[in-house]
Amino acid sequence: MKKRLVVIGNGMAGVACVEQILKHTQNFDITIFGDETHVNYNRIMLSSVLAGEKEFDDIVLNGIDWYRQNDITPRLGLRIESIDSVAKTVTDVDGGVTPYDKLIFATGSSAFIPPMEGVKKSGVFVFRTYDDTRQLLELSGPGIKAVVIGGGLLGLEAARGLQVQGCDVTVVHLGDTLMDRQLDPAGGGYLRAKMEAMGMQVLCGRSTEALLGGSHVEGIRFKDGEVIEANLVVIAAGIKPNSALAKTAGVSVNRGIIVNDLMETSDPDIYAVGECTEHNGQLFGLVAPLWEQGKVLAAAITGVGGLSFNGSSPAAKLKIMGVEVFSAGNFDCSRPGVEAVKYEDSSLGIYKKLVLKDGHLEGVILVGDASDDHRYMDWLRTNKDLTSQRRHLLTPPPAEDAGGDVAAIPESETICGCMGVTKGDIIHAIHTHGVCNIAQLKDKTRASTGCGSCTNMCKSLLRAVAPEFEEDKVKVLCDCVPFPQDKIREMIQSQRLKSVQEVLDIYGNGRGCEVCKPAISYLVDVVWCGDHEEDRSARFINDRVHANIQKDGTFSVVPRMRGGVTTPAELRKIADVADKYNVPLVKVTGSQRIDLLGVKKEDLPKMWEDLGMPSGQAYAKGLRMVKTCVGDEYCRFGTQSALSTGIELERRLENLYTPHKTKLAVVGCPRNCAEATVKDIGLIGQEGSWQVVVGGAAGKGVRKADLLITVETTELALEAAEVFFQYYRENGHYLERSYDFVERIGIEKIRRETVYSTDDVRAGLLDRLRKSKDRSSDAWLERNNPRATQFVQIEPMQMQYQGEELAAK
Amino acid sequence: MNTLTEQWIQITPTSEVPLREGREVKLGSINIALFNLGDRWMALENRCPHGHGPLADGIVGGYGTATTVTCPMHSRRICLDSGAVVKPLGQGGPCVRTFPVKVEDGIVMLDIQDSKAREVAA
Repeated sequence: MKKRLVVIGNGMAGVACVEQILKHTQNFDITIFGDETHVNYNRIMLSSVLAGEKEFDDIVLNGIDWYRQNDITPRLGLRIESIDSVAKTVTDVDGGVTPYDKLIFATGSSAFIPPMEGVKKSGVFVFRTYDDTRQLLELSGPGIKAVVIGGGLLGLEAARGLQVQGCDVTVVHLGDTLMDRQLDPAGGGYLRAKMEAMGMQVLCGRSTEALLGGSHVEGIRFKDGEVIEANLVVIAAGIKPNSALAKTAGVSVNRGIIVNDLMETSDPDIYAVGECTEHNGQLFGLVAPLWEQGKVLAAAITGVGGLSFNGSSPAAKLKIMGVEVFSAGNFDCSRPGVEAVKYEDSSLGIYKKLVLKDGHLEGVILVGDASDDHRYMDWLRTNKDLTSQRRHLLTPPPAEDAGGDVAAIPESETICGCMGVTKGDIIHAIHTHGVCNIAQLKDKTRASTGCGSCTNMCKSLLRAVAPEFEEDKVKVLCDCVPFPQDKIREMIQSQRLKSVQEVLDIYGNGRGCEVCKPAISYLVDVVWCGDHEEDRSARFINDRVHANIQKDGTFSVVPRMRGGVTTPAELRKIADVADKYNVPLVKVTGSQRIDLLGVKKEDLPKMWEDLGMPSGQAYAKGLRMVKTCVGDEYCRFGTQSALSTGIELERRLENLYTPHKTKLAVVGCPRNCAEATVKDIGLIGQEGSWQVVVGGAAGKGVRKADLLITVETTELALEAAEVFFQYYRENGHYLERSYDFVERIGIEKIRRETVYSTDDVRAGLLDRLRKSKDRSSDAWLERNNPRATQFVQIEPMQMQYQGEELAAK
Repeated sequence: MNTLTEQWIQITPTSEVPLREGREVKLGSINIALFNLGDRWMALENRCPHGHGPLADGIVGGYGTATTVTCPMHSRRICLDSGAVVKPLGQGGPCVRTFPVKVEDGIVMLDIQDSKAREVAA
């Protein structure tokens, strides 16, 4: 007969412990009570849900199938009211009585509400559960003044999430330093600067006295009498263990449920795990030690034994994209014999501090760059003697040593604290499943699918153990903003960044360079369909003066001639302008346009005015032109109207930026006179249909374009071209030509996600294209309203004397 | 500072040079690139030592600890403080002349005498 095991609590600690028990034995009949109605999910990722980076499904740890497969009875949305430890039963709120042989408390913790008036008002929340998160998501939005009380890990993550949702956010913190449990004042200062750079207000050293307003909160008052407006308040001022229920069972409770090294309570059949526990006077609020506890408990309750819990050194990592903060161990330097090793770069906002005692690491603080966190965690975990490494504590080990530190870790050591994956599990997966990259490792072991802070560690292990380890092919945009372009695009979107400078301030070094600034300019433009804050200082000179700079500092002027079609009147104007401004060279281009070369910068606006033609964008990373053949209007062999189709296509796409220059062609028959098969997008007319081809090249390399689709009507052909054009705009990397893009993504996938995708997806692409198009305009119209001194030399206000003499010197 | 070598010349109201951009100023036959960095203003000769590109048309940024402008011709990065070519190192040619700049009552002022004096001293 199986023993009945009742677990009170369906959170991370309780279920993780059950997972461990199942590894040892199937000999329990398990019932899990959870007062939330949801299946077991990753609570620490709720901040990512609030920030719009993840959905609930993404953070589910064990779906309902897992309960079924393991014969576990989930009783969700059912709170336990009392326990009779003599009769060995638990009673739920509905009056149901469930007997147990063994009982585990995994009741977690709840938000600590500091004493203040008005906490019962509507609009006042805590941030502990998925339901809290959902309510916050519902109420937050532009125009909402949100105040987060508590500048700890959870408070800051909540604040960032609310801000991403559009709220105007103020963080109020009792202490003088943000995250003061994890950071020293200097580290907290850097963190504060980062948060403020994101546009958040931070008020430290403020004690909240009352929440003001009628039934709904309208403001908060501090002890010093200051009042600030608030229509949404989140209290994240700490947690307290949920231990009241345990008192009804008669087990010893102090602040938390008191457990020994085997996670046993004072009742031999009752155990406790997680944030509800108190061990040697220590409480727990971070995920890592909970896993350790679960393993110990599982070993004890199943009789396997051999493990004991010896407390833990706390480690915390802030999960705000672009704000790296890591802290572990004890960083108090006032203790005797303790010394600090520091690194600080105030303009990059990087601060690292190691706290050492007798050559061993005791604590670590990393702000602005937490990439080496695993190394310091290892040193803490293994209590490594660092005497011989003293000169290299803050620099990474030489490449050949990579993996050296992981070799020293025992196989039983947990690598992924969220998912409870040990080094042994990972090595087993590598050997038995041939795992050789992070994606496969996640799939097979679930390591690094939680908070992600062990990813570097997992990589070191893979590098050291897997014979065919594949490094992730992640290419960052630039050292100034060290993220891959796809990530930056995501961050611009989710963090609602509208300008290049915001991206640089929050995710980069604040300064940027000629490599990243034009790229970010492109990304903010395309993400917001032109509704961004244009910053010309981040654009290359060509995009500031709408002309192509030449080797002698002059510029070239190419007016738009859609489809390569012009008129005698236009040609006369061009000739007159060339004469009037002494244009040294007039040239017909390979793109069926006329190029006026050798133009002085100050002449540009006047020439545009005189021409009265739109910009041909011949300088832009954008749509350049649509080249055409004469098609069936004149050609004896023509089967489709290449001219009118080409002109229409150019009209629909002109003035838009693309990742790199984009050249199109439309031909009226397969003889291909305008070379559509080597263009970024080509339309090839044939009897009764059009072929739309993409990714052709006739530059350094020659590549025949791939067939995207064959369609019957001209309108469908135009639409297919538009859909691809926008898809390339949204997914191409800056400076990636369409032919590289098509090779990278693969034409099959492109077809699936463009012309063969659902109506919704195609309509979405077209809709965003139209939005961008509506906000675009002919760049040469800026002649009517030029930016300050854009085209002229500045004339000194004061005539300088001795100027000529100086220059002659 | 020796007053004899100071020759501050009023150039332009600060509003004439947009934030993080450069503009060309002609003083006699010297072309100067004037940069507005928000918290400070910088000036150097508007001529890249490599291909003589117009530095005033470059993108302002950072490289290591240096604040730089990148020449639009061949992407040489010039340190705005020292005028030295910081990227690529070792093939940029001589330093670009730099000039002291100050802002008084919203007017940007250049001192080209001082630069000359420094040159003579060097």
